[in-house]
Amino acid sequence: MYSKKSFRKPMIIISTLFVSLMLILPLLSVIVNSLSKGWEFYVKSISTTNVMSAIRLTLFVTLITVGVNTVFGLAAAWLLTRYSFKGKQVLATLIDIPFSISPVIAGLAFIMMFGRMGWAAPIVDAVNSITGWNIKIVFAIPGVVLATIFVTFPFVSREIIPVLNSVGTDEEEAAALMGAGGFKIFKKITFPHIRWALAYGVVLCTARAIGEFGAVNALSKTRGKTFTLPLEIDALYMAGSADSIVEAYAASSVLVIFAVILLIARNVLEYKTNHVNSLLKEKNVKD
Amino acid sequence: MHVELKNVNKTFGNFQASKDICFGIEKGKLVALLGPSGSGKTTILRMIAGLESADSGEICIDGKEVNNLPPAHRGVGFVFQNYALFRYMNVYDNIAFGLDVKKEPRKKIKERVHELLKLTELEGLEKRFPNELSGGQKQRVAFARAIAPEPELLLLDEPFAAIDAKVRKELRQWLRDMIHKVEITSIFVTHDQDEAVEVADQIIVTNKGRIEQSGTPYEIYKRPKTAFVSEFVGEPVVVRDFERLRGFDKADFDYAIVRPEFVEAFKNDNIHFKDIIPYAQRGVIKDIMFRGNHLELKIDVNGTELITHRSMERRAVTIGEEMNVVIYRIYAIRNKESVLMENSDLTALDPRGKRREKYLYSDGGYFVG
Repeated sequence: MYSKKSFRKPMIIISTLFVSLMLILPLLSVIVNSLSKGWEFYVKSISTTNVMSAIRLTLFVTLITVGVNTVFGLAAAWLLTRYSFKGKQVLATLIDIPFSISPVIAGLAFIMMFGRMGWAAPIVDAVNSITGWNIKIVFAIPGVVLATIFVTFPFVSREIIPVLNSVGTDEEEAAALMGAGGFKIFKKITFPHIRWALAYGVVLCTARAIGEFGAVNALSKTRGKTFTLPLEIDALYMAGSADSIVEAYAASSVLVIFAVILLIARNVLEYKTNHVNSLLKEKNVKD
Repeated sequence: MHVELKNVNKTFGNFQASKDICFGIEKGKLVALLGPSGSGKTTILRMIAGLESADSGEICIDGKEVNNLPPAHRGVGFVFQNYALFRYMNVYDNIAFGLDVKKEPRKKIKERVHELLKLTELEGLEKRFPNELSGGQKQRVAFARAIAPEPELLLLDEPFAAIDAKVRKELRQWLRDMIHKVEITSIFVTHDQDEAVEVADQIIVTNKGRIEQSGTPYEIYKRPKTAFVSEFVGEPVVVRDFERLRGFDKADFDYAIVRPEFVEAFKNDNIHFKDIIPYAQRGVIKDIMFRGNHLELKIDVNGTELITHRSMERRAVTIGEEMNVVIYRIYAIRNKESVLMENSDLTALDPRGKRREKYLYSDGGYFVG
């Protein structure tokens, strides 16, 4: 007979070994390598102008990306769960494109659009000549931001949509019937339901935005100006000298620290989400 | 008329959910919209509330046409099927929500909520969240929340559907009493005829987007006007060939509906029925089902299977036993219209009905005599 118990131990051993070999050991070796030339060297290598500028730019890009994608994600989730219209299914699928497409292609797509030969370049030029601005997109910070937004935009809406679907529209309808306006309904009725899922989506989006390499790599060529942290690490490593490789590890360890913080946040939020969901399930109260 | 619908139509795509709906409701009445699922009863309710808009026709509340008024300005309270209580608000905040939206002063909100908590016997539960309430308590919160802003009209969508059977009966009575106490015109939707009969002052029967009949529960039960109502209300048995039943002439009728209370089955030596034994038919008991407070008998009468109820106080019967069967009346159907047809032998026996009570000895009958 099938016994669940006899499978338990081998499964635990296999999973633990796999996770250790594939994830934990490589990450630990990053930390160990980053400190291989001592603490002072470590501090020095992450405080060079290039690395500091990369950290600043990464945080800046992440902040904008998360802001834009939160607003977009909420709007898209609301649209897809609260209205029915032609092509709804198509739109829902389109939102998922970044999940299935290679980030490099996303980067190249923006070059095709806004690059010197791109079809949208004349529009940008026209805007610049009318307003007197000097907006550059490709190989500049706006391009980095665009590419990051592109690769991270499904995260927030994907977290919220299932929650909005399972909550249903009854409560919102009831509130509307009593005369509550759209903003009040969102604030008092809908938001409490989605807040943990939203926070979870934001964390996932942040993690992805901080670590994005491929799309940004295609659109960013100036070290110290438009390089995000992953690009800076790559550049340090590619320099190939013994010192610069350790510097690359040191910079990587900063990303690992970010990742760990986000991982903890993610788990706390996941616990909160499940906890709230189980609280909201019917308790068996008898009449 | 306090609420009036005139020639209201509504279609969803190709599906016509409401066809020429016309009815009026007097102030203070408790009305049931009764019909099978998909008959358009909920659509009517939602159109009155303004949750759906009518394609054509007029909806009036308190003499004003409300077709183009948003739901919040129609003066309507709505109790949803699953109550739709705000899960992240406690009982107090749920009830206060409508008043809060109206920007009533805090003190007034507090007074009104406490008044309603007292009325619905929810005192002491104001800090609880909806998931900490029983089905009956949830319904009471939903009711209190709906009437808190003092609407003109209360609409209830299947108010008892989400409650288990045992509590449901108590709540029916509770809701009826409560609505009459606060004197609010109310319309509720149900597919359960017992519920409609027990709770409502007036029943509107819907079928396939149309209104079949409107009247008091007594009228709906006793004088169904259409084939649909005759078959939907009570416990109907359809009899195609009703000439086989003694005392009835099929003429040009299509078929007949026979309810259990129209069928009397008695033993040969039953003195109550000695006058009408000559008009009885032989019937053989095919099956006996115990229904708690009575027995349900399946009787084969001249090749037609009928159902009758038998009081537990009467003598025992067995399967295969021969009984005398008299059918008091039937609903004869012609062109979807229902006509009450009395047993011609019995009416001939006593045209003025003076001696009727002597043989109309029906224990489960709804209108004996």
